[in-house]
Amino acid sequence: MKEKEIEDELVSIRSMMERSSKFISLSGLSGILAGVYALIGAGFAYYILYYHILDELNPYIPNHPGTVTSNGSIWVNYSNHYYSQVSITLIVIALVVLITSIGTGIFLSVRKAKRKGQPLWSSASRALLFHMATPLITGGVLILILVTRGQYGIAAPAMLIFYGLSLISASSYTFSMVKYLGLCEIILGLIAACLPGYGLLFWAIGFGVLHIIYGSLMYFKYDR
Amino acid sequence: MKVPFEKLDKAFENRLRLQIMSVLMVNDRYDFNSLKELLDTTDGNLASHLKGLEKEEYIMVYKAFLGRKPNTTYEATEKGKKAFKQHLDALEQLIKQQKIK
Repeated sequence: MKEKEIEDELVSIRSMMERSSKFISLSGLSGILAGVYALIGAGFAYYILYYHILDELNPYIPNHPGTVTSNGSIWVNYSNHYYSQVSITLIVIALVVLITSIGTGIFLSVRKAKRKGQPLWSSASRALLFHMATPLITGGVLILILVTRGQYGIAAPAMLIFYGLSLISASSYTFSMVKYLGLCEIILGLIAACLPGYGLLFWAIGFGVLHIIYGSLMYFKYDR
Repeated sequence: MKVPFEKLDKAFENRLRLQIMSVLMVNDRYDFNSLKELLDTTDGNLASHLKGLEKEEYIMVYKAFLGRKPNTTYEATEKGKKAFKQHLDALEQLIKQQKIK
């Protein structure tokens, strides 16, 4: 056996191990786009929360500017109806961001898999999906339960934490970089939990900025 | 230094068998159709090499039905994993020796 043959043998072993157990059709571009959608979504949410766009739609809010509290902030006595309206709008925004991101991710993965001749629906992608969906759905349902009970503050940190957990659990079936993205999301989520009131900011950093950074790194490392 | 050619496992002489074994080293179970797609080979070729590995007791075969379709999955045995590791070690040693020469 010649050296070249042995090396070919080892290369084929390595490639089979990777291709059979890892889903490598993830596209960096989908990370960048998901980040952009998240930033747009966060922008909408910001306007709704801080410029009270929904106020005009709300007959329950009296037309006074609110009372100024001792620390200088303006306290408007909103009705529960207003809160549920705002939270429904925010949930819709989050869902739209989620669905467009997943849609883009699937579309670009299909394209990359076709171009490189890799199977898309393999046991690796099935494992990836299962390990990602379990923490993600658990978190999503938990957040919905808590938000309907009025625990609005939990939404942003919990989203970040459960998303991070789902990335880490999925990372053994794809590029290892996903694991580090997951760790960053979890850390960010925990910081957000310590700083109530900054949820939207951390949400925008976690789902927007981090995705764009991760997507660009992936794009330059694997896509080109 | 003695060249450890005899340490190379005869069962892995064929490239396809080696690849099947690599897949089963990193996956608990793998089914026939996925293997066929991954290794880009024919039914007959894959089946005969799987049979060969089964005869060596390197892999276990599980036959089941998914609805009406037969779904056969394969799993590496302890013996198979050990043999595969030894084969890799032997390959590694061969490379090292050739580098020295």
